[in-house]
Amino acid sequence: MAVWDAREQLLTGFGITLRLTLVAAVAALVLGTVLGAMRVSPIPPLRWLGTAYVELVRNTPLTLVFFFMVFVAPRLDIILEFRTSAYIALSVYTAAFVCEAVRSGINSVSTGQAEAARAVGMTFGQNLRLVVLPQAMRSVIPTLVNIFVALTKNSSVAAGFFVGELFGLGRTLAIRNPAEGVAMLCGVAVLYLIITIPSGVLAERLERKVAIAR
Amino acid sequence: MTSALYDTPGPRARRRILLGSIVGGALIAAALAWVLLTFSRQGLFDANRWDIFSDTVVWEFLGRGLLNTLRAAAVAAVLACLVAAVVAALRLSSSRIVRAIGRVYVEIFRGLPVLLLIFFPTVLWTSVTPFMAAVIGLTVYNSAIIAEILRSGINTLPRGQREAGLAIGLTPLATLRLVELPQAVRIMMPSLVSQVVVLLKDTSLAFIVTYPELLRTMNNLRDYYGSRYIFSVFFVGAAMYIAVNAILSITANRLAKRDNTKTAGRVTSAGTADN
Repeated sequence: MAVWDAREQLLTGFGITLRLTLVAAVAALVLGTVLGAMRVSPIPPLRWLGTAYVELVRNTPLTLVFFFMVFVAPRLDIILEFRTSAYIALSVYTAAFVCEAVRSGINSVSTGQAEAARAVGMTFGQNLRLVVLPQAMRSVIPTLVNIFVALTKNSSVAAGFFVGELFGLGRTLAIRNPAEGVAMLCGVAVLYLIITIPSGVLAERLERKVAIAR
Repeated sequence: MTSALYDTPGPRARRRILLGSIVGGALIAAALAWVLLTFSRQGLFDANRWDIFSDTVVWEFLGRGLLNTLRAAAVAAVLACLVAAVVAALRLSSSRIVRAIGRVYVEIFRGLPVLLLIFFPTVLWTSVTPFMAAVIGLTVYNSAIIAEILRSGINTLPRGQREAGLAIGLTPLATLRLVELPQAVRIMMPSLVSQVVVLLKDTSLAFIVTYPELLRTMNNLRDYYGSRYIFSVFFVGAAMYIAVNAILSITANRLAKRDNTKTAGRVTSAGTADN
């Protein structure tokens, strides 16, 4: 079977990869922003929790997070579909990186902004929500794009844990048709590059734009 | 504790923060207690869940897994740095074609999942060993990333460095090798070390080619002793990964601090946001 004949299967895999990436990106963005806010909050236990989360997750391989979701969680009576496990593992892992990006964004907003907000009587929540975060988010957009490119690539780990996304399907096809194996994997590679290269270029552009705006 | 984000707390705010701390702390403690309770209901703290660890064979197994992880990571890290230096040189060449070759290498290989790059050699040559496949995949991917780190490091150097090298009669390549690269490595040390941490974590992807690294070992132990021990095996394995990576990260931070005092005021944030 040639690559062209396998196009439908490869495109199905591509769709699953896209869905994994998009769902995990949204979830990680929300969770990461909340964690980022926790890390700068005035309440110490929340700060500790945020720091502990980031340090723990950043030093853990994504594969281990998947291992936990798929093999360990069922022993704790948490039984999920493989696809759901993949969504959770990718979101939990990526959130730590989003959190660090958001935090560095918050730190990059000039202190005068936060001080001005305080001067007009805003609380910490208002300050963060209305003044600091909107500006912080703008400057971290390039970093976020890079994080989501990494997420796209990371979603391939789901293939090792029973989710037939792009790489998983490509691998199955390559093993089934050894003569076409190299071609199959090249097809898979092209599909990944279709997402990652333009996103990388976009991130570079945005970076320049944000840099000039400063 | 001063932050630009909130006022120095007065008596009322301090009371509120205290209240928030108590409530937040209580919630976290409750969540932890619930987790621990679930664990103990599952019998996770029973001795018979942990007794395999009194067997030195298990430790030997895990130790060998960790050693394999470190070995693959070390070999791949060294090779990746060497290849990266070459690729960075290509990208900084005066010839447009050579620059384009470097650019294509970087764009392709940093845009692909490491998993794919580790699996690829096994399809390309049937004789490749799992260790070789893992090292090739990790090297190719990380060399593209590290090349970009080196390049941005070289770009932050004052142009006088290169001009001085050329002025004393060094060839462009010798200038790059003897003058620019050593300084770029120094400036980019934090980014380089954090990329090595990423590389170390990525060795766990070699399970796909059955390389017996730490994660694979954990999985084998699960198969051998049964999933009754899954939690204890997971706990010990995760602790090993976190310990090794934390040590590397802490070393990276130390290096960054030490370096900052030597090259004061230099911005070193031009690395890649890669996870």
